[in-house]
Formats: sequence, C-alpha cells, structure tokens
Amino acid sequence: MALILDKVELEPGRISKLLIDAPQIARKAQPGNFVILRVSAKGERIPLTIADSDPEAGTITIVFLVLGKSTAVLDTLNKGDQLYDLCGPLGNPAKIEPRGTVVCVGGGTGIAALHNIAKAHKKLGNKVISILGARTEALLIMQEEFSRASDEVVISTNDGSKGVKGLVTDALALVLAEHQVGEVVAIGPVPMMRAVCDMTREAGILTTVSINSIMVDGIGMCGACRVTVGGETKFSCVDGPEFNGHLVDFDELQRRLTAFMSQERLAYDAFLNKCGLHD
Amino acid sequence: MPAQSPAARIGNFKEVALGYTAEQALAEAERCLQCKNPRCVPGCPVEVEIKDFIKCIVAGNLEDAYRIIRNTNSLPAVCGRVCPQENQCEGACILAKTGQPIAIGRLERYVADNYIAANPCARLTGDEAACSFSHGPKIACIGSGPASLTCAGHLAARGARVTVFEALHEPGGVLIYGIPEFRLPKRIVAEELGTLKNLGVEFCLNWVGGRTFSIQELFDEGYSAVFIGVGAGLPNFLGIPGENLIGVFSANEYLTRVNLGRSYDFPNFDTPSFRGRKVTVFGAGNVAMDAARTALRMGSESVTIVYRRTRAEIPARLEELEHAEEEGVQLRLLSAPLRFLGNEEKRLRGVELEQMELGDPGTDGRRAVHAIPGSNHILETDLAIIAVGTKSNPVLLKSTPGLKLNLKGYIEVDHLSETSIPNVFAGGDIVTGSATVIEAMGAGRAAAMEIARRFL
Ligand SMILES: Cc1cc2nc3c(=O)[nH]c(=O)nc-3n(C[C@H](O)[C@H](O)[C@H](O)COP(=O)(O)OP(=O)(O)OC[C@H]3O[C@@H](n4cnc5c(N)ncnc54)[C@H](O)[C@@H]3O)c2cc1C
Ligand code: SF4
Ligand code: FES
Repeated sequence: MALILDKVELEPGRISKLLIDAPQIARKAQPGNFVILRVSAKGERIPLTIADSDPEAGTITIVFLVLGKSTAVLDTLNKGDQLYDLCGPLGNPAKIEPRGTVVCVGGGTGIAALHNIAKAHKKLGNKVISILGARTEALLIMQEEFSRASDEVVISTNDGSKGVKGLVTDALALVLAEHQVGEVVAIGPVPMMRAVCDMTREAGILTTVSINSIMVDGIGMCGACRVTVGGETKFSCVDGPEFNGHLVDFDELQRRLTAFMSQERLAYDAFLNKCGLHD
Repeated sequence: MPAQSPAARIGNFKEVALGYTAEQALAEAERCLQCKNPRCVPGCPVEVEIKDFIKCIVAGNLEDAYRIIRNTNSLPAVCGRVCPQENQCEGACILAKTGQPIAIGRLERYVADNYIAANPCARLTGDEAACSFSHGPKIACIGSGPASLTCAGHLAARGARVTVFEALHEPGGVLIYGIPEFRLPKRIVAEELGTLKNLGVEFCLNWVGGRTFSIQELFDEGYSAVFIGVGAGLPNFLGIPGENLIGVFSANEYLTRVNLGRSYDFPNFDTPSFRGRKVTVFGAGNVAMDAARTALRMGSESVTIVYRRTRAEIPARLEELEHAEEEGVQLRLLSAPLRFLGNEEKRLRGVELEQMELGDPGTDGRRAVHAIPGSNHILETDLAIIAVGTKSNPVLLKSTPGLKLNLKGYIEVDHLSETSIPNVFAGGDIVTGSATVIEAMGAGRAAAMEIARRFL
C-alpha cells in the first residue's frame, strides 16, 4: 500500500499528477526509473515513469494519461487514498553525461517522464533546451517545472494555440539550425520519437529515447517488453527503458503495443458502462 | 486416484486430481512392505521418513504422519502435487520393478490435505509456533519461491526473526506465478504460507533486491545472514526469425498473466491474456505441459506441443504428459521450428517446421537428432508459447559487488551453501538453473541449517 499525498488534475478526466508517499523508492529513484503499481486486488500491473522524486520528503511523483480501464480506475483515486501495490524503482537510470547542449523533446505525457532527466542534465551543467509538444494548449503539462529544469523552453502545439504551430519536429528543426547539440532526448508517443530520430539521424546527433512497451513483471521475467534494438532483442524493463533511438525498430514497437487492444477496449467499455459514463 | 474427467476439466481451472478417499489411502498404505532398508528414502531429496509416515496412515494417525513429513519437508501439500516422484522416491521404491510402486506422492498429499482440513485452529493459533520471535537474530530471505520459504520456515521455527523480500505482489514464486491452479490450487499455497506467518515470518512484497534495497543495506539494518532464492526467471527464446510477432509469448508471460494476473477471469480481473485459436507450444517440460493445458482451458480450438525429440525423452512429469494427452493436447514429435510467419499487421499466422530424425547415440548415450532435408512445412498457428527453459535473472546479481557467479551466470556456493560474500547464502534455481520444487526446498533447508548453526 502507498498513500496518495496529493493529486492535481492537469487536464480533468485525462491527465493527472499524483504525489505518493514512498520513502523506500524515493531514496533510490534515479532519473529514467519507473514504478509498477496496481490499483486494486484485481488490478493489472501498470508501469509508469517517475516524473520527480524527493528523497528527503520520501515522495515520488507520477503523471498518467487515462488510456483504458486501469488508468481510468487509477484516476478515481484521490488525495488520502491508497495505491494497492507499488514497486520500484525499476529500469536502468538515464545516462546523464556532459554533452554541452542537450535538447529534451517531450510529447504528451512523455513530458512528465522527461522531466527528471532534463533536471539531471541541467544539474550536471549541460545547457538544456526543452521542446514540449501537445495537440493543443490545454494538454500541455509541467511547463513551470520545465522552465526551472531548462535554460530555454520551446512550446509547440499542433493547432498553434500556443508556441510554434506544428509538430515537435518543426520546433526541433529550428533549434538544431541554431545550436550545436550534443544529445537529443525524446520521450513521447512512438510516431513522435520515430520522427525525431529520423531527423537527428541525418544530422548524426546522438538521440536517446525511452521505450514504453507493454510490461508484466518489470524485472526481466516475462519478455512482454521485448523490443528490437540494432537487430537484437532487448527487454526494455531491464535492458532499458532508454535506448539509442537510431537503433530502435519503432515499427515493431508500435505494433506490439496493440497486442491486447481488443481486450483492453472490452474492459474499458465494460467499466464505462458500469459507471454510466458511456457516450 | 480419482480425477475430473478430461471433458469436464478442460472447461474449468479447478484441480484435476481429486485426491484419495480415506479407504483408498488406507489400501495404498497397506501395500507398503515397511522395508528394513527402505530405498524410497534416499530417493527423496529431503529424505522424508517415508515408511514411518505410511505406517502412521495404516494406524489411522494422520497427525503424526503429518508431523513426520513436516520434520524434513516444509511444504508437504505442495510436494505431494508437483514432485516428479517417478524419478525420486517412487522410482526407487522396491515395488517399482513390479510396475506398481507405492504411490508415495499421493499419500503425502492425502496426509497434508487432511491435516489442513482437520486442524484450522492449530494452524491459526500457531501450535507450531516456536517459543519467542522477538529476540532471535534477524535473517533475510530474498525471493519467495520454495527455496526461500523452506529456509524461512526452518529458521523461524527455531526462533529467528525472518523477513522474506519478494519482488512481485504475491509470495510463492513459481508456485504462484507459474504452476497453474488446476495442478496446484492457490488455496494450498496460501495454507502453506499461512503456516509460515504463524511462525512469525514477515513478508515484504514489491521489494526488489538490487533495486529497492541492496544486500549491504540489509546487513546495515542488522540482519545477520541473507539467503538468496530468486529463481531462474529470465525466459529463453528460440532465436529464430519472427519471434517478436504479436502472438508469440514466453511461457513465463503466458502463465504469469493467467496465474498471477488471474486472466482466466478477465474482465473481472484486469490483466488480459492473448486468446489463440490454434496454439503451438515449443518445448516439452513441465512448463510446456502447463502452458498447453492452460491454453486449452482458455478456450483454444487446438493445442499442439512441438518437440524436437521423441516421446521417450519428454522431460515433464509423466502424470502431466498423460493428463495433457487425455485432455486432447497433440504432440508433434521430432519437429523443430525454423521461423514464425506473420500477416501484414505483424500478427502470427504460422510457423515453419522441419522434420527431424534420430541418429546415433552421442557420448552421453542420448541419440542425436538431425533435420531431414526438404522436410520443411508450415503449421498454422496464431498463438505460440515458448517453453524452452530459463536463465538466471541478473537484476540482483549485477548490483551485488563481490558475488561470484559461474560461467552460466548462476551463483556459486560452497558445500555450506555460502556464496563468495560471507553470511550470504543461496539456493534453488538461482544456483542450479531450473530444477524442481523439492530440490529448491532441499537447498533452502541446507542453507538454513548452516545459518542456524552460526546464529541460533
Ligand atoms: C510453469 C512451471 C511448472 C513447473 N512444474 C514443476 C513441477 O511440476 N514439479 C517440480 O518439482 N518443479 C516444477 N517447476 C520448477 C520449480 O517450480 C522450480 O524449480 C522452483 O520453483 C524453484 O524454486 P526457487 O525457490 O529457486 O525459485 P522461484 O520459485 O523461481 O522463486 C523465486 C522468487 O524470487 C523472486 N525474485 C526474483 N528476483 C528477485 C529480486 N531481485 N528481489 C526479490 N525477489 C525476486 C521471484 O519473483 C520469485 O517469486 C516448474 C516451473 C515452472 C515455471
Ligand atoms: S521402498 Fe516402497 S515398499 Fe519399501 S518402505 Fe519405501 S515405499 Fe514402502
Ligand atoms: S516486463 Fe517482463 S521482462 Fe520486461
């Protein structure tokens, strides 16, 4: 059990941020690590990246997007409620090295996963330029945290409601034209990470991505999270979740994410019906 | 032993073997010759005093029978169900050459189930509990499979304060996430865990050794000794093209979703599992049998086990193989997979197999197999389950400096079960590679005896 100390609805019904009492995990958490949690005794194991951690206070922060039944149930919890299970920190820490200028590109809730990494790069002394993208302004999260964790923040929205209109790659092209960049870190939906990698591959810029594959145990025991990197099969929970983006088979990753889609849909519909939320 | 009929049982997840009635158990026990030098006992990895407990059954004293088994075996209800008795006690029984050895496993199960049913109070109030838990040395067991549980039980009964750290959200190791309900009901595992809790063993779940805590930190917090029983959980794949298509799973993933995740009760439980019409299972050990029989119960049309050798070499327990065949699992022997084939959506549609034939015996006496040229053919399948063994999980090992491993990546221990780090012991699959429940228990017990000698 882990107590929820605070909840902020970043975009009500869609994106929420939880502050969780987890001293053991906070003590060990490094940027790039994730946790696995369960919401109830019947719940499935959900992997979520640690967006922030505070070892002194003994807390971690997670941000999630409501995507299906499990995250919808998670979103029914409030300040003062307990998570049924919480396990972590899992995965390898992000490699934070002196790179001069680092561009952190985040899309959707990937922005949350990116936050701890941007913070660490800045702390090490790298110049951090963050590009945060979303469909529209209302879905942009953690801008304030990023203004602290970065030297410069570029906002991009598909509809132009804030910042540069277009995709994050449009903003990235502008940044790359103006700066000598040592590393790009991209976290977000698969098509976004793929597009970023396509752009930086030509320019020969080291690009790191964090893989959000389907997971079960998160400690290397099942292989649900396999991903092909440079022609080799890797388990993203123990070999990753960070990989060199230029070597990742994004096509396969995208498809593998749909493995259980019909059942996920079924469970979500049943849940929405039960709550009378169905439209 | 009475069992659910094949037709009935493939429609449910209830236990297949129903266990002896009192009359049947008595009749079987009376067949025992009470040999002066019983061969069955050395055949048992933890040397249960077999003829003594059988004698108690004949005398109608099931409680004593239980105590005799419990003396050396801390999980009798589990062992009676999952041990490969035909290679152990029953294989060694003097009557084995008549083709009808004493059914020791079934008698063990009978005694254990009977005790569990008859003594709920004793178990709850803990008449097995040792004198005091509050002053003994602190001992940590990492992992909660049979090796750790046995080590924990042995030490707690002798007054140690034992904490078990488990990475998953439920304790039991393979007994919970691997072996299915129809073979080992979770209720039985829960009973055995209950006994340990009565003895004062504390369980910390969702604690990952090497991530949430390190072994050094356990010593810093006052633990005197640490036992590592983290199993050999990393699944092997076949290493053939198409293995990452949607529809290809490790047996570990498939079974973990169904057992630990209870996906047979989806969507009441949230964890989904992949439904296949035509299922293929690769490998022929206990894990493969469990996966095949699980797939049948999940509503598949057909389940085929693909194995590159012959029936005689199948490593699974005989009873599991027979049960699988009765239930309609098909065997495709002397067949080896070459590649998986998918459709445009990268979903599994088939597997290309080649036919093998037996060659001359090798130096180990095992006949080699080789492919018959031109025998390639395609078998239609939309769910493939790979059950070709596991290797050691590096999560804890890599983050423990100074822990010596052997060439295969398993932990090296000396004759006292101690690792290269003083007062850190190890046993079970993480030392031997995947083996059996009872061998893991034997290793847990051996380490516990040495820990007890040092600290109790
Ligand atoms: C499907 C299946 C069927 C089988 N059938 C039989 C059978 O019929 N008969 C038989 O005798 N044997 C059978 N076996 C083999 C038997 O189950 C194993 O040999 C035995 O369970 C090994 O016990 P163990 O205690 O070493 O490890 P395990 O049972 O593997 O337990 C290890 C535990 O450690 C945990 N762990 C791993 N890493 C960490 C970490 N870093 N920190 C904390 N915890 C960790 C794991 O989550 C797990 O719970 C079967 C195995 C499988 C998979
Ligand atoms: S060897 Fe067989 S007959 Fe002899 S004591 Fe053991 S079980 Fe009984
Ligand atoms: S989630 Fe099971 S191996 Fe990665």
